[in-house]
Amino acid sequence: MVNKRIDEATGTETVGHEWDGIEELDTPMPRWWLWTFYATIAWSLVYVVLYPAWPMVEKATDGVLGWSSRGQLAEEMSVADLAQAGVRERLSRIPIERLPDDSALMAQAVAGGAAAFKVNCVQCHGSGAAGSQTLGYPNLNDDAWLWGGDLRAIEYTLVHGIRQAGHDATRTSLMPPFAGVFTPQQMDALVDHVLSLSGKAESGPVGAQIYADNCALCHGPQGGGNRELGAPRLNDAIWLRGGSREAIARQVIDPKLGMMPGWGERLDPVTIKMLAAYVHSLGGGEDFLEVAENPAIQVDETP
Amino acid sequence: MKHRDGSDRIGEDGIAKPGDPVSSAVAGPDATGERHEPHEPPREHLPAKLFEKGKQVHNKRIDGPFRRFKWAMMIVTLAIYYITPWLRWDRGPYAPDQAVLIDLANRRFYMFGIEIWPHEFYFVAGLLIMAGLGLFLVTSAVGRAWCGYACPQTVWTDLFQHVDRFVDGDRNARIRLDAAPWGAKKVARRGFKWSLYLAIGFVTGGAWILYFADAPTLFGDFFAGEAAFVAYVTVAILTFTTFALGGFMREQVCIYMCPWPRIQTAMLDEKSLVVTYKDWRGEPRGSVKKAQKDPEHFGDCIDCNLCVAVCPTGIDIREGPQVGCITCALCIDACDKVMADIGRPRGLIDYATLDDCEREARGEEPRPIWKALLRPRTIAYFLIWGSIGLALLFALGVRSHTEVTVSPDRNPPFMLMSDGSVRNSYTLRLRNMESRPRDMEIAIEGLPGAMMWSDTIRRSDAAARQTVTVAADQIETVRGYVMVPEGTRAQDFVFRVTSLDEQRETDTAETRFSAPGDE
Repeated sequence: MVNKRIDEATGTETVGHEWDGIEELDTPMPRWWLWTFYATIAWSLVYVVLYPAWPMVEKATDGVLGWSSRGQLAEEMSVADLAQAGVRERLSRIPIERLPDDSALMAQAVAGGAAAFKVNCVQCHGSGAAGSQTLGYPNLNDDAWLWGGDLRAIEYTLVHGIRQAGHDATRTSLMPPFAGVFTPQQMDALVDHVLSLSGKAESGPVGAQIYADNCALCHGPQGGGNRELGAPRLNDAIWLRGGSREAIARQVIDPKLGMMPGWGERLDPVTIKMLAAYVHSLGGGEDFLEVAENPAIQVDETP
Repeated sequence: MKHRDGSDRIGEDGIAKPGDPVSSAVAGPDATGERHEPHEPPREHLPAKLFEKGKQVHNKRIDGPFRRFKWAMMIVTLAIYYITPWLRWDRGPYAPDQAVLIDLANRRFYMFGIEIWPHEFYFVAGLLIMAGLGLFLVTSAVGRAWCGYACPQTVWTDLFQHVDRFVDGDRNARIRLDAAPWGAKKVARRGFKWSLYLAIGFVTGGAWILYFADAPTLFGDFFAGEAAFVAYVTVAILTFTTFALGGFMREQVCIYMCPWPRIQTAMLDEKSLVVTYKDWRGEPRGSVKKAQKDPEHFGDCIDCNLCVAVCPTGIDIREGPQVGCITCALCIDACDKVMADIGRPRGLIDYATLDDCEREARGEEPRPIWKALLRPRTIAYFLIWGSIGLALLFALGVRSHTEVTVSPDRNPPFMLMSDGSVRNSYTLRLRNMESRPRDMEIAIEGLPGAMMWSDTIRRSDAAARQTVTVAADQIETVRGYVMVPEGTRAQDFVFRVTSLDEQRETDTAETRFSAPGDE
């Protein structure tokens, strides 16, 4: 019920409602407030004309200014690209062997590589770059490298990929399947010998002989592996596809060989350089000093 | 006055006059019966009023102790505002030398010898709580003193009113000019006055941005057109708001926009000092002549309306304490001057507590002023306010300028190395809050055999302790690799960071070392 009355003390009308004896004064608002209110209405009309406003069936009305959040994002991205242009330019000029000397540029390369890794590499190597033993994707954090772990070797692997058919420069090798070649006893002895290389089992003469005849050529007499062939080290604690007896036997009988696309066709050289820097930075990256012992990998010392 | 019209009319005949818009629901015989007491006035409608037209306040010049106090306050507050950004404070070569600087870009807040980082925002929160409680304290002791003397809206309104007076003359001249038709002279005067408004607005906004960057540099850059875009936008916005709020909105801000008057009116009680008209002494009002004829009947108020004329918010203090009164006490100056002129005692309008007014009305002695200031409520506010201040000072005094936080990598949680040892990766953040670069030692405690290297320390240099240089006033993020020999179990351990200077400040961060088999 509306019971408007005039409040005695203020001379102002009440709004007409009463809550437990409490009434509210209907004080007229100041004129400037009203004008401000009208101004906001006018502003909203202008806004509706200028900007996307009314939702339609497929999308909202466009607005005269043609602004869109997607367009704004594209604009901001191009501004960001422009801001990175200097860094990318410097990265394109520096030989990757010299990159560690410039710690600031290296840090920027690592940051850029981390972003590119999240887009291109995590599908197989995982977001933490820890790979997968069951699927045979190498862990990039540790200090075991199939094809070499210095910046240059990593960059080469990235550009040319691994076992890409039809690419001459790709890193490639083949391990023959030994299905049906060994009796179960011989296989047991071989697995014993492989495990013995890292001190996890006792080797016997049978296994040692089989290893020397069939495996040592690529994996080395002491199981040291061969980076030129991507033959994994067998005498360390890291197993690409598992270190159990079953896993080792399985890999001998029917070897699974990893593949990686050659990113040289998909990414620009600077992004690949940044990716190499990032992978190198994950904790297992090797210095050129160690690499220099391997004459097959040339270090370009000219700046 | 409206209420007088209303109540008078009701007092005469008890019913609404014919022709007045009358609500049938309330004025009819049925409606009045049940819920309302007989003493209530009958219900009626005022003419519908959508808005209240603003009344231009042309306050008259007045001189007196409170006016001089207001001048002093204006000079002091404006001086603080304009001079502070130019004060220098030597913090060494690695920190800005501006005494008060809110460095938003680098997220540092400098105030003389104190430097506050974003994670210490509780100091700012504490200061804001103190400011709030300080207002409570001031309000309960001396009423709306903040509103009357120190509030920026009051100070700038005062300044703009002096501009009005300087350009257009005093109250009567301004009223005449307001009513005059627009002609060349009025346009010229208005143009001159508004350009002064704009100049003040520009100087106000211009000083504001100096708090957020090195003042001399920004000052030069600003006029060379090289300052950041946001600086120009800020100045433009503040110029406009100063122009509008100080030049035109003035008391409307206090009455309609500001929440403080509402809060303060709720906080005032009968023991708070307020500016009040002593109606027991002033009423009924009559001119000096009338009072001479009939001295018994008339009070001291001669109804000269000077108190209304000098009021910067345009109210009549004789209606009692009200939301529009900012207690600037200019009406006290005005009334005291009139009382002196006609030979009556000062203080018809005066600072007093409502309790004292009643006491005086009964003919008792007013209580001494310190009793209004020192009472349980004000003392309680002061103690809370002071203890928060002391707590802040204490926290400021004992805070460490060296801190470490650590977050272990969870993906992957641990890493088996080719020789069988296990590596964990951590992101360490070393915080150096001193304004100089410092070497800090990171030591691993409680993890036997652990060796450590980082993204900048080579693995061949791995050791149980490493030293990292942290730049002045910066956080150094270190990606640390900790490796333990084969067979070490998962366990908790501690990174201890010690500053390698005479302070030898230290901080620890506990974290976990993960290893195979740790689920």
